[in-house]
Amino acid sequence: MSNDQNQIPPPHASPDEERVGVYVCHCGSNIARTIAVEDVALWAEQQEHVVVARDYKFMCSSLGQELIEQDIQAKGLSRIVVAACSPHMHERTFRGACQRAGLNPYLFEMANIRELTSWATDDREAATSKAKAQVKGAIERAVLQEPLEPLFVDINPNTLVVGGGIAGLTAALELADSGYHVYLVDRDSSIGGQMAKLDKTFPTLDCAACILTPKMVDAANHPNITLMTWSEVMAVDGFVGNFSVQVRHKPRYVIEDLCTGCGTCIEKCPSRVLDQHFEVGLGYHKAIDRNFPQAVPKYPVIDTTHCTYFQRGKCRACQVVCPTNAIDFTQKETFEQLEVGNIILATGYEQFDARRVPQYGYGRLANVFTSMEFERMVNAAGPTSGQVVLRDGVTAPQSVGIIHCVGSRDKNYNEYCSRACCMAALKFAHLVHERVPDAEVYNFYIDIRAAGKHYEEFYHRVLEEGTHFIRGRVAEVTDAARGPGEEGSLIIQAEDTLIGKQRRIPVDMVILMVGMEARHDARNVASTFGLGCDFEGWFTERHAKLDPVVTMTEGILIAGACQGPKAIPESVAQGSAAAARVAGLIGRRTIKLEPVRASIEAAACSGCRICNNVCPYHAIVFHEEIKISEVITALCQGCGACVAACPSAAITGAHFTREQVLSQIDGLLWDMQPGVLVLA
Amino acid sequence: MQYGYYPGCSLERNAGAYHESTMAVAGVLGLQFTEVDDWNCCGATEFFSVNQMQAYALTGRNLALAADQFAPQPALPVIPVEVAEPPQLVAPCSACYLNLSKVDRYLASSPELAAKVNTALDAGGLHYDPGSLRVRHLLDVMVNDAGYDAIAARVQRALTGLRVAPYYGCLVVRPGFQGQFDDPEYPTTLDKLMRVLGAKVVDFPLKAHCCGGHMTQISEDVALELLRRLLKNAADYQADVIVTLCPMCQLNLDVFQRAVNRRFGTNFNLPVLFFTQLMGLAFGLAPERLGIGKEFVASRPALAKIGASGEAEQERAVGKRAKRRNDQSLPMPYMPEEEER
Repeated sequence: MSNDQNQIPPPHASPDEERVGVYVCHCGSNIARTIAVEDVALWAEQQEHVVVARDYKFMCSSLGQELIEQDIQAKGLSRIVVAACSPHMHERTFRGACQRAGLNPYLFEMANIRELTSWATDDREAATSKAKAQVKGAIERAVLQEPLEPLFVDINPNTLVVGGGIAGLTAALELADSGYHVYLVDRDSSIGGQMAKLDKTFPTLDCAACILTPKMVDAANHPNITLMTWSEVMAVDGFVGNFSVQVRHKPRYVIEDLCTGCGTCIEKCPSRVLDQHFEVGLGYHKAIDRNFPQAVPKYPVIDTTHCTYFQRGKCRACQVVCPTNAIDFTQKETFEQLEVGNIILATGYEQFDARRVPQYGYGRLANVFTSMEFERMVNAAGPTSGQVVLRDGVTAPQSVGIIHCVGSRDKNYNEYCSRACCMAALKFAHLVHERVPDAEVYNFYIDIRAAGKHYEEFYHRVLEEGTHFIRGRVAEVTDAARGPGEEGSLIIQAEDTLIGKQRRIPVDMVILMVGMEARHDARNVASTFGLGCDFEGWFTERHAKLDPVVTMTEGILIAGACQGPKAIPESVAQGSAAAARVAGLIGRRTIKLEPVRASIEAAACSGCRICNNVCPYHAIVFHEEIKISEVITALCQGCGACVAACPSAAITGAHFTREQVLSQIDGLLWDMQPGVLVLA
Repeated sequence: MQYGYYPGCSLERNAGAYHESTMAVAGVLGLQFTEVDDWNCCGATEFFSVNQMQAYALTGRNLALAADQFAPQPALPVIPVEVAEPPQLVAPCSACYLNLSKVDRYLASSPELAAKVNTALDAGGLHYDPGSLRVRHLLDVMVNDAGYDAIAARVQRALTGLRVAPYYGCLVVRPGFQGQFDDPEYPTTLDKLMRVLGAKVVDFPLKAHCCGGHMTQISEDVALELLRRLLKNAADYQADVIVTLCPMCQLNLDVFQRAVNRRFGTNFNLPVLFFTQLMGLAFGLAPERLGIGKEFVASRPALAKIGASGEAEQERAVGKRAKRRNDQSLPMPYMPEEEER
């Protein structure tokens, strides 16, 4: 190719007339170690359309970007190809450089030769040849690209926060304090989430209720927060800035406007049932009740499956004693439509089910407890009023074994570390010493993960209190005694890996530190809100390190343990971060949307509706009258699913047209074309 | 359903009762077991430690014979044989089952080993392609192929009132191969089967612990201590019988029970039966057809309890009474499985 530097192309050149600049990045040694970048650049310069090709140490640096800007202006480049890292990383950077030099940012194409090539192999020859193919593909595609203009939409300043645990609560309060309205929806009868069940929090041992309940009350009283408990989000439509959300309010059978929260109905209700939810099966609640006395809101809820009136048509005790006539057995569920600009999901986690590890005897051996059962036990407002006792309810244990990593760091269940349990186990050891001073406490651990501010110091404190630490995974918990010393105890058998011996420790009580799991319905929730889940069901963030609270769907943010196991401090940090992101967006009043969208050519559409169902964003509507589907541009996220699915080829994805994609494939396969001889 | 049947040495001698009851029960459930012709020893537990290569070849010969004998005959020549499920080979003995399935898996994962074994088999005109058989344990076939429902439907005389300690031993669920039919740490299929037959299953924490195997011949001290633990555990839970699925376990617990009593001054009197014997009884088959009476510790006194419903009702009454007004005890965790019963 000749390098004719003086020729400036007309505004709408045909592909043959496009002037392409190719920039190959070394990425320090990340790319250059495996790919002969100079070779790739020299080769690229020989390719059709290419006016200039360069290699540079760091293309993303300001000097690298200036190189592109200067070439665009000096050499009249009309298309830019950068062969570097993933577009997730720096597409935005180089689009900015194009724009500054006066080139439409969508006339830029990125070839990912780092993640896809240099990091994937040590074979320099193969990597270099693949990089060339990628560059060729990018060139062939770039010349067919069309200038696109971003879409601007207004942002509704209201925000929906789903989940009133500590993460959601923090997000809601921060936004409300910034002057924006928040709808806080929780499927439970009270906000507070898992943290409301806890007694003390590590490492400072301050009381969970003392730091949580003021926030709950603030949320309930805040003029900018509309609290919707006992409610669930059923459907979400719309797009960033303009979501329309349907919320179902489940019937409480208590008229909130009349109820004073006096609690007489709870006291008089004759039906006492096991509380599997808030008390995790360790305590009881009435058929009309609230989670705990400080619940917010204070209104109780009738549990219809256990209410004598709902089951047998008799009783009405609560109705009779209610001083304000707030009981209404005829209440029905209601639906409400909310208009919001952004949604923060803070739906939390679930406990790992200890019954899945049968060799630890949970459910079979009376004095095996889960960590959440123990949390309720040590809670002053819990079933034992804070006393540490065995299942008989009266005997204090003289020895307690705490087993770490139950369901976590175990390929049979969950491979990941649940993060918060080591510290909770240390807290439990301390609390046992505090409540039963003579008791021996044994921690069976794999590693103690005390990575956090003042965590290691707390570990040392617990060590000095005389807790025993045995490093080794527990094989089993059994009541099969081998000798008189074990009779009547639970025996924990484990290999002590520090001394290389099998040990059997008889104890009175065992606490299983169960891990965190994604909520059982996390996948359904993800599909309702149009975001992704990973293999384990945790919600997927846009970038694990650099963008942890934003999802791939614009306007849908995540905070807290729904994204992965987290303790209170990280959940709070994410709640604040999500709120700050939303506030920043609302402050701009309008939002710029990527113009990478699908559109349907009405004349070619057969009305088969296949695309309606493949669209994960509910962005395609069907016009029944004319039997034609249409993409709502603002809703479309440009994923391309409909483009591939359309049997009539009636759908085109802007920036990913059929011609662009096919020429890119042709480019990628350049050395496979007949007549091309590769001299490796 | 058709199965190749590999009885193994034990079922011809000491575990004859296992063989008889297996055949009787299979007949009731419509399972057809055809014995492998000219089979040999599986290598048991020790030959693999003595000469590994020969042990692989020894077991490989059984696999080759079975694969040849039960090779599927394509109904239509058009359908390639590979499409069909491989023929199934069932072994009632845990050691046979483990060796057969282990060798099949190891040969599949190591072409070099398979080549060596086939060189040895070639001397006898045999050849085995790993994966051309699916090796199953008898318990797996009973509960998963025949199924709990079909078994429940055949029960004529429920084992009501009989307290059973389900003993799996160490081989049947270990190692935890992919696709293993039960939990390697705390198996429950036999528990459920016994419940389906109407028996009261007691918790038996040592259910997957070792019975001592051949240690009775090598180190009696070790073996008797292991047996004592098992017997004590079953006795502590007031089991009437120990039910097992492995000839080695049955032999050790039954034959050496007197030796344990002599050594430790204990007084255990726990009959040890095969699960197929209890299935047969529940199906209403005559005890003679099931080999009952061949055991050392007589099972008749314990089996006489079947049908004595008094205990069950008493237990239920105790359960109800447990909720006293001043009872401060904390509730036990909810167990969905118990709810089913």
